[in-house]
Amino acid sequence: MEFFEAISAKFNYWIYVIIMMIGLYAMIAKTNMVKKLIGMSVFQTAIILFYVSIGVKDGATIPILYHDQVHAGHHHDDHAHNGEHYDTPHGTDHEADEYGYPSRHAPDVVIDGDDFANPLVHVLMLTAIVVGVSTLGVGLAITQKLHREFGTIEENEIHDMIKSGK
Amino acid sequence: MKSLALISVVITGWLLLSAVGDFPDWGDPNSPANSYRLSQHFVTETFHETAVPNMVTAVLADYRGYDTMFETVVIFTAGIAIISILRRFTSDGADAGTEKVYEKRPDLIVDTTCRLMIPIIQLFALYVIAHGHHSPGGGFQGGVIFGASFILIALSRDLQAAHKWVPEQRVLNLAGIGILIYAGFGLASMFLGQNFLDYAILHKIMPASPIEARYHSMLGVEIGVAFTVTAIMYSIYSNLASKGTMKEGL
Amino acid sequence: MIEQAPALILLFPFFASIIVALAGIRIQGVCFPITVISMAASVLSGIAILGQVVNNGAIRYRLGGWEPPMGIEFRIDALGALVALAVSVVGLLTAIYSKRQVPAETPDKISQYYTLYLLLMTGLIGMVITGDAFNLFVLIEVSALTSYALIAMGPRRATLAAYKYVIMGTIGASFYLLGVGYLYIKTGSLNMFDIHEQLIARGIFDATAVLVAFILITVGVWIKMAFFPLHAWLPNSYAYAPTTSSAVLGPLVTKVMIYVMIRLTFTVFGADYTFGRLDWSDIVVWMSVAAILVGSISALAQTDLRKMLAYLIIAEVGYMVGGMWLANDMGLIGSIYHIIADAFMTLCVFLFAGIIFTQTGKRDLNALDGLFTKMPLTMVGFLVGAFSLIGIPPTAGFFSKWYLIQGGVASGHWEYVIALLISSLINAVLFFRIIEIAYFGIKPAEGHGGHHHEELSKESPTKASFSMLLPLLVTAAMLIGLGLYNRDIVAIISDFVSQFNFGVISR
Repeated sequence: MEFFEAISAKFNYWIYVIIMMIGLYAMIAKTNMVKKLIGMSVFQTAIILFYVSIGVKDGATIPILYHDQVHAGHHHDDHAHNGEHYDTPHGTDHEADEYGYPSRHAPDVVIDGDDFANPLVHVLMLTAIVVGVSTLGVGLAITQKLHREFGTIEENEIHDMIKSGK
Repeated sequence: MKSLALISVVITGWLLLSAVGDFPDWGDPNSPANSYRLSQHFVTETFHETAVPNMVTAVLADYRGYDTMFETVVIFTAGIAIISILRRFTSDGADAGTEKVYEKRPDLIVDTTCRLMIPIIQLFALYVIAHGHHSPGGGFQGGVIFGASFILIALSRDLQAAHKWVPEQRVLNLAGIGILIYAGFGLASMFLGQNFLDYAILHKIMPASPIEARYHSMLGVEIGVAFTVTAIMYSIYSNLASKGTMKEGL
Repeated sequence: MIEQAPALILLFPFFASIIVALAGIRIQGVCFPITVISMAASVLSGIAILGQVVNNGAIRYRLGGWEPPMGIEFRIDALGALVALAVSVVGLLTAIYSKRQVPAETPDKISQYYTLYLLLMTGLIGMVITGDAFNLFVLIEVSALTSYALIAMGPRRATLAAYKYVIMGTIGASFYLLGVGYLYIKTGSLNMFDIHEQLIARGIFDATAVLVAFILITVGVWIKMAFFPLHAWLPNSYAYAPTTSSAVLGPLVTKVMIYVMIRLTFTVFGADYTFGRLDWSDIVVWMSVAAILVGSISALAQTDLRKMLAYLIIAEVGYMVGGMWLANDMGLIGSIYHIIADAFMTLCVFLFAGIIFTQTGKRDLNALDGLFTKMPLTMVGFLVGAFSLIGIPPTAGFFSKWYLIQGGVASGHWEYVIALLISSLINAVLFFRIIEIAYFGIKPAEGHGGHHHEELSKESPTKASFSMLLPLLVTAAMLIGLGLYNRDIVAIISDFVSQFNFGVISR
């Protein structure tokens, strides 16, 4: 039972390794070039699962502020626009920057760090997704060019053709 | 080869799993990644520093804007790479004979549905791009949706029909201009005496405070990203689908 | 202006690539001048950076004005400045060389070629100067995607090699990304320097996750630099790619990855961790010995000139990995010096191979038949590069090897010293064989009748054009210059190396 608890506490990390290894196996063992690229895609997607799992927080929501909080922010924004010297009813600690603008937007809004999931990993994975798509696209283009040149997408057949052609 | 693959997979898997026991539990708010000042700063300070309620957008386009610029470059590179690998500019006669040319008549149901759908898709794409500050979305997501609308034209009719809207030259121009928009914001802040991509200084040329300048610059940057992603998504599709001839799609 | 130099070294090729992509399609004539001018500007920024670093110490440049670790920063120390300058100089020289080659080899895709070329330079320079572990991944991918395309634009065997490179390169980059993830989950940071501080502050050097991160990152980077058991993608990629591509990829990609390895081991994990806690020096040095011997011996077996040079790169990678893992300052100095020296000597011989391939149209060594009289200047340029690879003073190759050997002796790794000497000997055999063919010609017995000879003389190799010869001779001159000024270069490198106290590390 303890073993299962240990796994379930880190379930995502176990699953990501298994998915990733499926992808890695396909990348190394398959001879069909498109299957290899599919493996590559699986491999990269597993990394995304890993990263996103890092950013999860119990009891937290997506990293976008609640409507109320934003609304309070806009209220103060209007103040700033009037160009008057910015003073808040609460007299909280906010100072103007060197150009006379408020140095903090909506200083009264209090944001609890535990309310929102970690946004950083999502940003990183957006990049990783883009990289994955780009690599897959280039890989497919190369495969297509090879198919045009050799008439097959089986890697061992291409090797045979090169050997016999020489 | 298969046994070699199996061995390397088992070793790698064992290696990766051996560290899992060392990780903090899934969803633990006190894990180093979640409690370190980096993540805490992004959650609690983003709104005060940039006025953007969507923290992912703010981190993406501002704190790590340099990363995102190169992310756009990666997409752009992929597009150029695929053209350089696949595109055949000359139509040699020998090739034309081997390739089948289908006589395609537009299907009434497909055509009508797409005609109705495409404006809605494009409108939604614009919403996703423009509303990325307040809701999930942004340049990449909106750009992909926008690119999908052109791919839908190409799928429902053929590549030539889509080409009327987005000829190859225009696609490449859009992609380049998208990156120029992004990098232009960086360059503008450099000319105004700050570091590359420091949007706050742009308040000198925008009717806005430094914080609002960050807010608005992020929107501009996202539009640049959307340009590039839209163009390259379509370019990748059209090159792969036509085997580089840009004549006959799927 | 000068304080923006860290960004400008990268922004010049970056903006130029977009301009080439936009304008080059319509007016193909603008591609080459824009490329050369932007690379020249990048070299100037590189010189400015190096001057600043030598005089005032490491430069920190905050992108977006955010303080690290929130934002991304460039942190350029002596090592980074030196390698960044070397990268941009190689980029400039190869750009000049490309003037005739690119229109000849990829006639309908000139603007795409130059766009990719400039993006590759952007990616490589960015990798050198960035101080952020994740940003490094993005830039690795920028340079990887461009190199896949630059290779795949060649003939069909190059395309096949590029496919293998895509698969291997993706595994390497993904391992690196995963390693960064393992570090992030334990430290919560992405800035290289901050990760190191966090590792110390949290006292987690003993954690399994950090060890696994170290292994993942190291193996990932090894795949990317073609370290011996993981080198399979390299030889064909560089041998069959268009000549400009191999002239720029051969010297740069592997060297920059070695820089990345040094940067990550010393900046992120720290010398104490790498050489103190994990005592793996012996294993890795033995691996590098294997790399040196396998690379050299495989090179000996080749008849194709460029493939031979590609195998030499694998041996050279062994030199540098081994030098770094000797775990003493002489070895590290030698390794870093060798990055610079090897970038130029590999460039020199690849430029030579490109000229030979263009002028004779043949791939194998017999193409060199009697070239000494026909192309004397080209051969002189090549001789300097060959002497440097062999390690004959006063070329740069001699001095870098000298430091590597000193490091090997000081740490007692005799097998490394012996492998280095054997490899130099093999290089000598290889290059004297070439010199023999070029100087005395092929013996008539091998010449397969006079008919073949006549055919050759009909289109006998003309002298290389000025745009091809100039970079070769400049590279040769730089090799001698780097050798003659070895004290100054070592002084700059020592700036970086002296911060690690190897004496204290228990071995």
